[in-house]
Amino acid sequence: MIKSYPIKIFVPRDSSALSLGADRTAKAIQAEADKRGITIELIRNGSRGLFWLEPLVEVATDEGRVAYAPVQPKDVASLFDADFLKPDSKTAAAHKLNLGLTEELTWLKQQQRLTFARVGVTDPVSLDDYLAHDGYKGLQNALRMTGAEIVKSVTDSGLRGRGGAAFPTGIKWNTVLGCQSEQKYIVCNADEGDSGTYSDRMIMEDDPFVLIEGMTIAGIAVGANMGYIYLRSEYPYALKTLNEAILKAEQAGYLGDKICDSNHTFKLEVRRAAGAYICGEETSLLESLEGRRGQVRFKPPLPAIEGLFGKPTVVNNVISLATIPIILDKGAQFYADYGMGRSRGTLPIQLAGNIKQTGLVELAFGATLRELLYDFGGGSATGRAIRAVQVGGPLGAYLPESQFDTPLDYEEFSKIWAVLGHGGIVAFDDTVDMSKMARYAFEFCAIESCGKCTPCRIGSTRGVEVIDRIIANKSNAKEHAKQVQLVRDLSDTMFDGSLCALGGMTPYPVLSAMNHFGEDFGLEAKGLETFKSAQIKQVAA
Amino acid sequence: MTALTKENSSQIAARISFHLATHKTMPGALLPLLHAIQGDIGYIPEDAYLPISKALALSVAEVHGVVTFYHHFRRHPAGKHILQICCAESCQAMGGEKLATHIKQTLGIDYHETTKDGAVTLEPVYCLGNCACSPAVMLDEVVYGRMDATKMAELISEARAV
Ligand SMILES: Cc1cc2nc3c(=O)[nH]c(=O)nc-3n(C[C@H](O)[C@H](O)[C@H](O)COP(=O)(O)O)c2cc1C
Ligand code: SF4
Repeated sequence: MIKSYPIKIFVPRDSSALSLGADRTAKAIQAEADKRGITIELIRNGSRGLFWLEPLVEVATDEGRVAYAPVQPKDVASLFDADFLKPDSKTAAAHKLNLGLTEELTWLKQQQRLTFARVGVTDPVSLDDYLAHDGYKGLQNALRMTGAEIVKSVTDSGLRGRGGAAFPTGIKWNTVLGCQSEQKYIVCNADEGDSGTYSDRMIMEDDPFVLIEGMTIAGIAVGANMGYIYLRSEYPYALKTLNEAILKAEQAGYLGDKICDSNHTFKLEVRRAAGAYICGEETSLLESLEGRRGQVRFKPPLPAIEGLFGKPTVVNNVISLATIPIILDKGAQFYADYGMGRSRGTLPIQLAGNIKQTGLVELAFGATLRELLYDFGGGSATGRAIRAVQVGGPLGAYLPESQFDTPLDYEEFSKIWAVLGHGGIVAFDDTVDMSKMARYAFEFCAIESCGKCTPCRIGSTRGVEVIDRIIANKSNAKEHAKQVQLVRDLSDTMFDGSLCALGGMTPYPVLSAMNHFGEDFGLEAKGLETFKSAQIKQVAA
Repeated sequence: MTALTKENSSQIAARISFHLATHKTMPGALLPLLHAIQGDIGYIPEDAYLPISKALALSVAEVHGVVTFYHHFRRHPAGKHILQICCAESCQAMGGEKLATHIKQTLGIDYHETTKDGAVTLEPVYCLGNCACSPAVMLDEVVYGRMDATKMAELISEARAV
């Protein structure tokens, strides 16, 4: 059967797919089609998030999209030879890169994609595509609600901030709603500085309208008419995609004055960051947006009350905001039905580092680290044993195998002195030297410290030196013990005497490395030793 | 890169006043302005501090303070190409450190340095968001994943050819 319209072929435009040659693959497909006189419709979609298989090419059929991966230019001719554009082609089904129907891939089927429902499916900058896949349904509902009703819906959904601190989003919005002010702002934190995380990037590159819609709803809810996206400078592709999508939304009346013929105004602008990790911290971010050095502000006042340019401001992470549309579309209860304990909904988890099947896995809270590392991840990329896993970015703890059964849940992670953070999981195989990773944690803190507090600014540099002395004095028991004690004391001081989590949480990766992987430091492996100061606080409380 | 490092100072001054004019009334203009200047000229010349401070009602020290706070802004012209090597945990887990050492040896420079022929400036970067394809590098704002010594050599020689 010959179709009367051109066959649709999908080749991702996500920057990770591009980093593996997706553009070259797309060009090769177009050139081969031209050569053979076949008309195709080449669509540059987002990535499905199976990065170990990128560039993943899909062909539309009546049964659904069929995946071929990974497709390099050298494979293209053989795909055409196998008639991969023809429905029911037996040769195409037998092609070594054929993976069958994309939707049937176990890796995708076992996920619960709510925030990422459209990612990889649609053309990121096509508003028509967005609308055809449930886009702007949340906004349509929001336009029929009062600000207080929208905020209640967000509160009832149980959504907690996905930027790291896990603060309930509805409560934050309610504070801003309650402030009397002519001018309020919505600020999207798109600084995504944690190594091992890329879910914000994927939303912005692969489904930017969902973020725009979420920010618009936030503006309507709290009475803010201006939004800023503070985007890390390392994301040039996201910058282009966002600006293109914003322009389209403006032209179609989804941004600007009288949104969808309502009385609401909401404008949106992308601002580029400039390579400072600390500017992901919300008050430092606001300083930066105002044109200053990114130094952390004392709280109070809370940004919700005195934020950008001194006005009430909602600061939320990309994923938090991109989750708003589905909550407003399907209802708070729909979202709250996912998850465990006080961690409601889903978490877009990012598998990174030494993992065979890296990529984006969105799941309801409650899955274990082991399921992610082995069922989804397929073990290490190098084929060796996974020895340590850092969850939650550079300020997150390193977990040993004995903790791999911990469920992904904010409270369960706190119990073992670990954090979920922004949902990044970085695996290391058994060649890792954990004393080097502890040293790196201090070094990173020294490079990125904003300089406001002494324990962070000076302590981090001293920390590097002390770790060096621990490594150098493995055979000098007395000196070694002294230096180990020094790291513990320093960690306590940083934990207690830092204004923000950069200084305050650097001890997490350091101490977890020492406690769980003591042999790398010339120590007997020990169990969980936490901060003295925290224990004192707990006793006092 | 449209680095205009060889332009004489009066031309540079003209470009800076152009950017000042387009950014002056923007709320929180300093970072967008610095991005515009660096995007155009390739770095932030010290000569720009005074006109910027006047236009935005800041002190020269404040402008200097902002320029030096952010890793992204450079105060001197860079090479023709900027190669950023990711040094963060995910890339370390995939042999990024070894790759970085290799690149430094091949180019004969350390981080923050430029090759003698002015072709490549090497910079460390802490995460490119390409952690699913570690180790990652970025050359002139184009990202590359799963890099190894061979692919690196190809990339560098391709860059040198243009
Ligand atoms: C050092 C440091 C870096 C941070 N980096 C980020 C970041 O890159 N992105 C982010 O969303 N939140 C980051 N945060 C958390 C923010 O301060 C803030 O909690 C968050 O933007 C609030 O949004 P949410 O409630 O939606 O998570 C960081 C915090 C600290 C202390
Ligand atoms: S802990 Fe460090 S980064 Fe945070 S405010 Fe203090 S000095 Fe700045």
